[in-house]
Amino acid sequence: MTILIATLIIPLIGAFGVLFLNKDNRKLIEMFSLGTSIVAFLVSLGLYFSFNSNAEGFQFVTDVTWIPAIDAGFRVGLDGMSLLMVMLTTFMTPIALLSSINSINKRHKEYYFMFLMLQFGMLGVFISLDLFLFYIFWEIILIPMYFIIGIWGGKDRIYAAVKFFIYTIVGSLFMLVAIVWLGLHVGGDVLSLPTGFTSDYLLIKQHSAAIAPDVQNWLFIAFALSFLIKVPLFPLHTWLPDAHTMAPTPGSVILAGVLLKMGTYGLIRFNLELFPVSSIDWAGTISFLAVVGIIYGALVALVQTDVKKIIAYSSVAHLGFVVLGIFAMNEMGIQGAIIQMVNHGLSTGALFICVGVIYERRHTREISEFGGLARVMPVYTIFFGIAMFASVGLPGLNGFIGEFLTLLGAFTSTVLDNIWYAIVATTGVIFAACYLLWMFGRIMFGALSNKENQGLSDLNKTEWAMLVPLLIFIVWLGVYPNTFMSKSETSTKQLVKEIEQVELDLNNGTINMEPKKN
Amino acid sequence: MPELIKFVPLLPLLGFLTLGIFGKKIASEKLIGIIATSTVAISFLIALSIFFNLAGDTTAKPHIINLFNWFGAGDFTLDFAYQVDRLSIIFVLIITGIGSLIHIYSIGYMHGDRSFYRFFAYLNLFIFMMLNLVLGSNFLVTFLGWEGVGLASYLLIGFWYDRKFDGFHITWTGDAANKAFIVNRIGDFGMLVAIFLIYMNFGTLEYIEVSNIVAGDISLYDTGLITAIALLIFLGCTGKSAQIPLAGWLPDAMAGPTSVSALIHAATMVTAGIFLIARNSVIFASAPDAMMVVAIIGAATALLAASIGLVQNDIKKVLAYSTVSQLGFMFAALGSGAWIAAIFHVMTHAFFKGLLFLGSGSVIHGMHEEQDIKKMGGLKKHMPTTYKTFLVGTIAISGIPFFSGFFSKDEILWKSYVSGGWFLWITLAVAAFFTAFYMFRLLYLTFHGKERFDADHVHPHESPKSMTVPLIVLAVLSALGGFIGIPYALGYFFSDHPNLLENFLSPVFAQADHILGVAEGHHVHAIEYILMAVSTVVAIIAILLARSIYKQDENWTKAKSLSKNFGFAYKVLWNKWYLDNFYYGVFVTPIFITSRDFLWKIFDLNIVDGAVNGAGNLTTAIGKGVRRLQSGVAQTYAAVMMLGILILIGYMIF
Repeated sequence: MTILIATLIIPLIGAFGVLFLNKDNRKLIEMFSLGTSIVAFLVSLGLYFSFNSNAEGFQFVTDVTWIPAIDAGFRVGLDGMSLLMVMLTTFMTPIALLSSINSINKRHKEYYFMFLMLQFGMLGVFISLDLFLFYIFWEIILIPMYFIIGIWGGKDRIYAAVKFFIYTIVGSLFMLVAIVWLGLHVGGDVLSLPTGFTSDYLLIKQHSAAIAPDVQNWLFIAFALSFLIKVPLFPLHTWLPDAHTMAPTPGSVILAGVLLKMGTYGLIRFNLELFPVSSIDWAGTISFLAVVGIIYGALVALVQTDVKKIIAYSSVAHLGFVVLGIFAMNEMGIQGAIIQMVNHGLSTGALFICVGVIYERRHTREISEFGGLARVMPVYTIFFGIAMFASVGLPGLNGFIGEFLTLLGAFTSTVLDNIWYAIVATTGVIFAACYLLWMFGRIMFGALSNKENQGLSDLNKTEWAMLVPLLIFIVWLGVYPNTFMSKSETSTKQLVKEIEQVELDLNNGTINMEPKKN
Repeated sequence: MPELIKFVPLLPLLGFLTLGIFGKKIASEKLIGIIATSTVAISFLIALSIFFNLAGDTTAKPHIINLFNWFGAGDFTLDFAYQVDRLSIIFVLIITGIGSLIHIYSIGYMHGDRSFYRFFAYLNLFIFMMLNLVLGSNFLVTFLGWEGVGLASYLLIGFWYDRKFDGFHITWTGDAANKAFIVNRIGDFGMLVAIFLIYMNFGTLEYIEVSNIVAGDISLYDTGLITAIALLIFLGCTGKSAQIPLAGWLPDAMAGPTSVSALIHAATMVTAGIFLIARNSVIFASAPDAMMVVAIIGAATALLAASIGLVQNDIKKVLAYSTVSQLGFMFAALGSGAWIAAIFHVMTHAFFKGLLFLGSGSVIHGMHEEQDIKKMGGLKKHMPTTYKTFLVGTIAISGIPFFSGFFSKDEILWKSYVSGGWFLWITLAVAAFFTAFYMFRLLYLTFHGKERFDADHVHPHESPKSMTVPLIVLAVLSALGGFIGIPYALGYFFSDHPNLLENFLSPVFAQADHILGVAEGHHVHAIEYILMAVSTVVAIIAILLARSIYKQDENWTKAKSLSKNFGFAYKVLWNKWYLDNFYYGVFVTPIFITSRDFLWKIFDLNIVDGAVNGAGNLTTAIGKGVRRLQSGVAQTYAAVMMLGILILIGYMIF
């Protein structure tokens, strides 16, 4: 058993372990789950340190036949990008579980079971090298997340949970069709395997680029739709504000911190890697939507009165940068996008925890209820401030690195070949400052006039424990991002080399973009 | 020797971290003050030794001190490196020198404040970031500092976060802090785009390499591109240095403690724009159109801000508009290619405006937080040291020979005449006239005449030594500091190169001057003497005018009739040319309303969500219909399945 599989199944074991605990022993359930996630994190550190940054291809690969009839296997492995995503998952989960201690007050056993299942699913998504396996993990996540929003959420939790579920399932059904088509095509038509079908990612990847462009186009759309809903890309984003506002704090943390990245991860892993021709074809359109999302998310965030909604809409804007970087399809853009995925997880995770802090105390998130909190909660103000400025993209903190690289990628992209995407996207830095600073100022500064706020206590130990690790990495990634970016460098280089080759072929006419005539 | 430069920013950083993390536990104000001040003072001494080292090196070669590789991807890679050369060292000296004085001053000024340690932590953070700004060897290290000083400025403007502050759409100091940061971000947008364009076209962000490329074969590049880059950089400068169109934040930045206004919003941070253009003089020299824009914006800002200063009654606001105006002078100089004159004025302005702000702080301190000069008067005898030093600063800014402001301002006027002609000269001369007038108005209303405060409750007193000593030091510098830049016309009889600052800095601008075709050597022009005399006379007339209106006329009958007779002009100036109203009406409010009432309430909640929910309802309706099919009878299912398979097979065959 590799460290990778150990990392994957620890949460699964933990989840079923929770089921054996006495449902009235809340403390034990909390500590057991937290302990599980910390063990998973420690084990994943082994991955981080034994990962060879210079090696091409996947590492820690396991390939076990699972369903021979369709050549579906338990195939998992890591490249640089998935390593960072796995680390993000194992890092964010204990923090989210810590915040659960404060915010979850009923049906603990079920909750922690769901949450650890969620972690299991997320890890699976990031390491699957088999399309069938990937799809299973992708769908596994839906269920616990649906219940976390629907049971432990706020006032309109059912509406939000159903909306989340329907949006995502619609997208993933298209993906399923595409997976089946690919399996039949590669396993049957191309390789004539005895099964007539395969879901082996690496096998499919060898042959997918050669699929006729018009078909590739449909496959691209099917995958992209599923991922872009998850990201979410404008205008597929309206599930997000509802899901975020209604989810309990840990749900929001994991949703923004990790779940959204499954979408951007999928775009790179499947759309770019499997269908480079169509990716180039679609880059302009998707980048356009990403840029619209950057501005649109920021403008709508500007006028929200609920703190959580502001941060939810800010995610639409921030993920817009990630998508723009991905479809710049050069090294700066993709490396920037990957590091921005990590950054957004850290800083938005921290922001949601900060919102949770005042929500626990006041049971409201309306900005107008607050003001002058700096007087009673000075440490909180500083921590919130750091997370806020990270999100603004202040150099020296993590957000800047990703934003800068994705924009630089978009500027220099030969695929987009138009600097206006990037120029318009850059205006996002102005709007980000507007909505975040206004939000922060109205909560923290001014007079402490609301009587209910006058007795608020500053951060407790649990809250310190949640925020300090996040802030350390927020600064670390801003000052010395190489520690992490070097991990994904090789895999990104490899991907970009493939894309450049395809670009070259396109320019030479080796690949014909015209649809085949029947 | 230049390698020592890394300690210069490192010390204030350590001070910031120490005070930020442990400051709350340090009970002694004195200890906090010593920690904060000593880090900056030691940095100053190190910088001073590097300065002498550089001055002794006749090659004037820049030194690049590489600290570590910051980040990169693909071909793009970026070192966190410092560039130690004659330009950066001058700014380092100003920052740490004036910075030390203002730290000392703040020990007295902030005495008894609830968050004494927090103040000094922020101040050290500011110094650290400002040093990164001027020392960076590439655009991004500078940008780090650029945003970092913006952060420090934000934190310090909003330092007294629960105090009210009166301004256009501003109720709390925090609102003023937000305004400063957000307006600056508009400038940062320009700077970022410039950075991207530079990397895209030149493949590097290192200043020296970019300058060499642009100074090399410029015909390889489109003039439009260079002009665009220059203008975008300048957009960044208009933000940080409060020029039209992004000037509005600086007067509101006065919400911060006064020593902050002196350090950040007068002496150092706001001159970052001048530094940046000087650092990229080659780019600007290659874009004459951009140079013209810089000169025009600078002169226009100088005049506009000075005119607003004429009618302000808040002691700090007068100084704030004065700062905006003086920065305008510096940009006019840059736009005229007078790089060194601009830096000279940065320096003398740091002396006298730092002094004036600290003096105003001393007044506010002595007057128990009163800032309205209409409620002051006669403070001369209560605060003699403050008065005398303030007088020196006022004379210096007014351009009376041979105080520091005279030398730097006259050099700007002369150079702007040479390159921009009469129109530019007259604009600046009128601004200088206004300057002398509003400064002496301020002086008379504050220190002379009747005591207009409530003597029963307010007992003006001189400030403690920690505050007056920095005032005295700055007063000496304001009086004598100009002699490092004696113009050739006034000094040719004792030296061929009387202008020490020019001797020191000219290698930095050799490339740019070459592009501009500036001839070496000096000539004495009769007209230079005439202009010098005229501007001095202009200043004296302004002073006499201020004296007759505000000193001799104790009842302000003249002032009142002036504001009545020129009611319209007075109203326009009082409302700051309605610039804030304009921005709110044209940008802020429309954006807000569109976002709320259209994008969110209509587009998001109705159109997109409407479509989603509509689809949902449709599905429900279909589901209700389809439910009948789910009869639970296995035969029905089998039949349907068969039908489906037949259709599929049919599809595959045909």
